[in-house]
Formats: sequence, C-alpha cells, structure tokens
Amino acid sequence: MSTPTPPQPPARPRLGVFKFASCDGCQLTLLDCEDELLGIAAELEIAHFLEASSEAAPGPYDLVLVEGSVSTPEHVERIRRIRADARHLVTIGACATAGGVQALRNYADVEGYLATVYARPDYIETLATSTPVSAHVPVDFELRGCPIDRGQLVEVITAFLAGRKPAIPNHSVCFACKRRGNVCVTVAHGTPCLGPVTHAGCGALCPTYGRGCYGCFGPAGTTNLPALVPLMQRDGMSEEDIGRFLHTFNVTAFTAVEEQGQPGVTDVEGPG
Amino acid sequence: MSDPTPRYQELRIPSLARVEGETALHLRIHDGTVTEARLEIYEPPRFFEAFLRGRAHTEPPDLTSRICGICPVAYQMSACRAIEDACGVVVDGQLAALRRLLYCGEWIESQTLHIHMLHAPDFLGEDDVIGLSRSHPEHVRRGLRLKQTGNAVVELLGGRAIHPVNVRIGGFHRAPTRAELRHLEERLRTALDDAWDTVRWVAGFEFPDAACEADLLALAETGTYAIESGIPTVLPCDATLPPYSFPLRDFTEHVAEEQVSHSTALHSRLDSRRHLTGSLARWAVSGHLLSPLALQAAREAGLGDPPSRAGAGRGEVCRNPYRSILVRAVEVLYAVEEALRIIAEYERPARPCVEVPARAGTGHGATEAPRGLLYHRYAFDDGGRVTDARIVPPTAQNQGAIEEDLRRLVQAGLDRGEGSEAELTRLCERAVRNHDPCISCSAHFLELDIERTH
Ligand code: SF4
Ligand code: SF4
Repeated sequence: MSTPTPPQPPARPRLGVFKFASCDGCQLTLLDCEDELLGIAAELEIAHFLEASSEAAPGPYDLVLVEGSVSTPEHVERIRRIRADARHLVTIGACATAGGVQALRNYADVEGYLATVYARPDYIETLATSTPVSAHVPVDFELRGCPIDRGQLVEVITAFLAGRKPAIPNHSVCFACKRRGNVCVTVAHGTPCLGPVTHAGCGALCPTYGRGCYGCFGPAGTTNLPALVPLMQRDGMSEEDIGRFLHTFNVTAFTAVEEQGQPGVTDVEGPG
Repeated sequence: MSDPTPRYQELRIPSLARVEGETALHLRIHDGTVTEARLEIYEPPRFFEAFLRGRAHTEPPDLTSRICGICPVAYQMSACRAIEDACGVVVDGQLAALRRLLYCGEWIESQTLHIHMLHAPDFLGEDDVIGLSRSHPEHVRRGLRLKQTGNAVVELLGGRAIHPVNVRIGGFHRAPTRAELRHLEERLRTALDDAWDTVRWVAGFEFPDAACEADLLALAETGTYAIESGIPTVLPCDATLPPYSFPLRDFTEHVAEEQVSHSTALHSRLDSRRHLTGSLARWAVSGHLLSPLALQAAREAGLGDPPSRAGAGRGEVCRNPYRSILVRAVEVLYAVEEALRIIAEYERPARPCVEVPARAGTGHGATEAPRGLLYHRYAFDDGGRVTDARIVPPTAQNQGAIEEDLRRLVQAGLDRGEGSEAELTRLCERAVRNHDPCISCSAHFLELDIERTH
C-alpha cells in the first residue's frame, strides 16, 4: 500500500498457533469466536496461524497454542523447536493435553492398525503412540476438551494478556449440571454418565440434552472413579462397556486415574 | 523474461495456508513442461477405521466426528445412515427434517468460513481475514454474522458447533420444541439478506479462466437438492458419455482407492477416471432442484441455468474451480431458505429417536459434506460390534482432480512467463484453495517423499 507509515503502535504480543495430529476442531474454536475474533486480533499479532493466514512469520512467539498430539518422529523434533521459540505455551484440547482419540493406538498393535488401513504399511512413518505435548516439553497451561470450549479459550487468552493465571475451574461436570438446573440423568433415568468424574468446561451439555456425559473433557481434578463403577454396572454396563466408555476421547488420562487415582494431566501454573 | 528458465526445476511449497489440515505441494518442471504436480499430505496417519473395530454400533457417530472439526455433522450423518442401513431402520418424518436442518447449519457455517476466511482473501490480494477486515470490514462483519447463524443452528440442535453431542443413531437424544426453533427464525431471516449480499459480493470478483477436466460426482435425490441422502450420480467429463447413477452399496466398486508407491496418498478413481465431488459437482447434478430464489441468485451471479437433468437438456455446467465460490454462496442462500422452511413446518415428534436394534450385517451411508460426497460403510457381527469400517472422504476423491488442475494451471502460468517461485506458489495455493480441501478428513492419507524412491 502507498499510504505513509503511521507512527508505530507499541509492539503487540505475538501469537503462534500450531497443529499436530488432530481434527482442526480446537483451532477452529478460535475462528468460531466471531464476536471476539477481531478484538483478539487487535490485541495480539497473529504471527503464525496456518489455518487462517498465509502469513507465517518465524518466532519467537509470546503465546503459542498447540493443537494435536505427538504421533510421528517429526512431531517430536518439531514440538521441541516450537517450545524453544515460545515464551508461554498452552495446549488446546484433548489431543494436545492427553493424546486424544489417537491415543487408542497406545493400547493396540500399531503394525496391525497400519495393515488395516493401508495396503502398503511400509510406506508409512508413525509412532506407536500418540502422546500429549507435556510428555515432550514443559507446558504452561493445559486447556481440556474435545473440542475446547470457546469461553474457556477466550479466558485463557485474556488471562495471558493480563499476566494472570486463567480462571478455569477444576471441578466436575456435575457442578455445572446442578447450576444449570438439570435433572440428573443417572438418578432419574438410570443413564450411565461420566459427569461426576469429568472436568467441567462444557456447561454440562450432554445431560442438558438428555444423554450421559462421555468424558470428552477428561478427568476432573479430584475424582473418585472407583465409586462410579458400581453405578454404571447397576445401569446395565458390562466391564467391557465401561472400559470402552472411559477409553475413547481421553484414553490415557482416564487410564491414569484408574491406575494411580490421579488424572494424567495437571494444570501447570504459568509464569504469568 | 530475460532470465533463461533452468531446464529442470523443482518447486516445493512446504505448507499450504488456509486449508484445513496440513499439506505440501511438490512440482516437477522439465524444460518448461510440468511433468508432475503432487499434493503431499503430511497429516500424520490416523487410524479411525482401525479404532472402530470392536466398538458398539452406537459409537461411530461420536467417534468419527473427531476425524474433522470442520464438518463433524457430515461424519455423524454419514455414520448414522450407514448404521441404520445395516440395521434395516429408516429415519423419516420430522426426525429426518431435523437432520436436514442440522446439516443446513453446518453448510451455512462451513461454506461461509471458506468463502470469507479462506477463499475471498485470494481474490482481493489479502493474506487473511484480518487483512480483509481492514480493507473490506463490512463484508467480513457480514461473513462473521452469517457464520454465527450457521453455528447457532448446529448449537441449538447439536449442543455445540464442533462435535455436536445431541446426534445419535435413530435421530437425536432430545428433539427441540417448536418455540426453541422459532428463536432461530429472526436470525435466519437476517441471514437470508446476508447470503444474498454475499452472492452479489463474490459475483463481482475477477475469475481467471480455468476448467477442471474430471467427471463430476454428487448424490442425487428425487425432488430436492441432495444434502443428507441420495444416490451417487456421475456427469462424465467426456460429453459423449451419458450421465449415470449407481447404487450406494456398489460405491467402492466404482470409487476405488489405490495406494501406489510413486504417489503420496491414496488415490481414488471413479470407474478408472479422475473425478471431482463438492459444490461444482452438486450444481451440475442437482442444480435444477435448487429453490427459485437460489436459482435467481445463481443467474445473477453469472452461473446461468443449471442443466435440467444431470448433463441432459440445456443449461450450464460450471467447470471453473475459481468460480466454486459462487456455487458455495448460492448453496449458503439455499441452506438458509431450507432452514427457514423446515422450521416453519416443524412439529415436535413424539419421540426424539427411533430404536435401532443391533443386528449382523453391512450398511452403507453417504451424504454431501460441504466439501463433497462422504461415504461410510460398516460391517457388524451378531452382537452389533463393528467388524470392519471404511470411510471415503471427499478430499481423498478430489486429490487426483486437484493435482491435474495444478498441473494445467502451472503450465499455463509458465507459458505466460510466470516462472518465479513466488508467482508459482501463489498460483498453486489459490488453485488448491479453490477446492476447499479438507486434509483433516484424510483419515488415511500418508506421507511419502518421492526422493526416497530414487
Ligand atoms: S481435541 Fe478433539 S476437537 Fe480438538 S483437535 Fe483433538 S480431536 Fe479435534
Ligand atoms: S457433558 Fe461430558 S461428554 Fe458431554 S460435552 Fe460435556 S464433557 Fe463432553
């Protein structure tokens, strides 16, 4: 453009958005913040966000959002480079935070999987596991959900800009369900529901629509999974059903709860 | 040009922007002739078809929605149809109407996303929607408003816009009340104006000449523009061949995916020919079934009249991939109208879903994702466990046509003397974005560097 350069505004923090093995849904949540999008763009310089822009500027970045799990040898290298370029790194979504649905392979025979999907598995390069970003580099904050919640994402970005810790509650979906005034689907209809052990964030969507929570936000901060199992059995689930119920979108995180009584992911306090 | 073009040239565009998922492009140019154009999809292998094995027949809709965050409804709808087909259940009446309404919501938001955020910047020389919001603020605001309305439809019916929770085989977990749906009407009426304005806006863009040489494949329904159901119908590129349809259960016999060592991805072929699905194919196959309003908008936008019956009779087939943005805009207008129509006729069904008892068998389902035909096939054992799953997404089918498109465009560019890397990169990125490829959907693309085969 030929207009004279206006006086330079103060440098805005630089945002980088990066994708690993994922469905793009969590990045899309950023584009779905229609009301806030232009405001966010005014506060942050979008330096790298391939889904949205051809402009791909090199680091360092002040805030990096990572979507997707680490699932190839190249990913392992790339996440290290990105971390080195990131002042503050936040994972967005179940894939980046707990390995996501892709982590189903961690408990299976990947060679067999390759043969199921590809006629010539020898052409494919992949890892036998799908791991969270925190398994490879330090992470400043982990935002849960498959996909993440729009409101929580805006809170994380706002908190970053204000230099404080995001106010993301660690309690279970049940709290939100009560606040919403829902009838409990387990108590009233005997519908199995993971709400008591699942991290809040969605506003108790599933019970609001009359179905049981299937755990897409992963385990809540303190959970008593063993206490829930007999309830699910009472409601007609076999051991195998319960296994599949817990092992879908946050496989590794719920497995960690089963094994150690602790969620496999924890909120890490950021430098602010 | 004063610089002699090197005899042999290789161009790699390491990452294409403003497409869903990750992909690179590899071009080989020999003596000024493009010998190869290859999309290298480096979306890591994801194993959905394998994950599905052993799962209950109720699970594929939620599970497969995670293949793509941009068109989760398409995955849920194709999965539901395939499972219901296997179980011998037909969902009709108001429940079918609600499904179409949900799908209209996804069409509105996904097509609007592509038009305003991914595609329009190319026509107006901007890097992204942020740049566009500076040069064309009112158009971006309108786009965001439209997209929000699409999201609102999906959110009301599905709970949330990405990976909706309210969809299940047989229908929904909860059917909305009339009053709840009525809330959407006012927004949709505004959206009708916004969609018209969008058609007029994109009609004013400048469209380079181009023609995609591929067969066009889309679903066809009787009496209505196919969205959530239909029979695969082909309009061959060779005008001497007549249009034809085939039963959905024969899909993989017609659309065969091959993994070849010299290529980077599974390639699909339709009866051994290259084919294209998506907006251009839908316009060619079912354009005449659009509403009078949408047809009027199409005419104003310069698309002319669609063929009266796939390829037969008079009418225009649009083969210019740049102009796909026009068809998308018309489809948004149509989807808004359809949404209003369905809401006006809505009566809350007595039950939110019909029972879908498990049984052994194989079922097929296909629907029109915003980006093209999405096919699912499941086989179940007696206990209703998945024994086999097959998913053929639109991008896997379109890849051959996109590569051919790229080869011709780059060749034309070279012939015009546009040989610099920057020029070719721009040209190719635009060409790929014309097709709105959804790389995330490539549940099973693979990466293969051809250099390794030397
Ligand atoms: S966490 Fe879920 S929504 Fe997010 S990228 Fe992964 S699969 Fe998609
Ligand atoms: S209720 Fe559970 S499964 Fe449903 S959206 Fe919330 S966290 Fe996800």
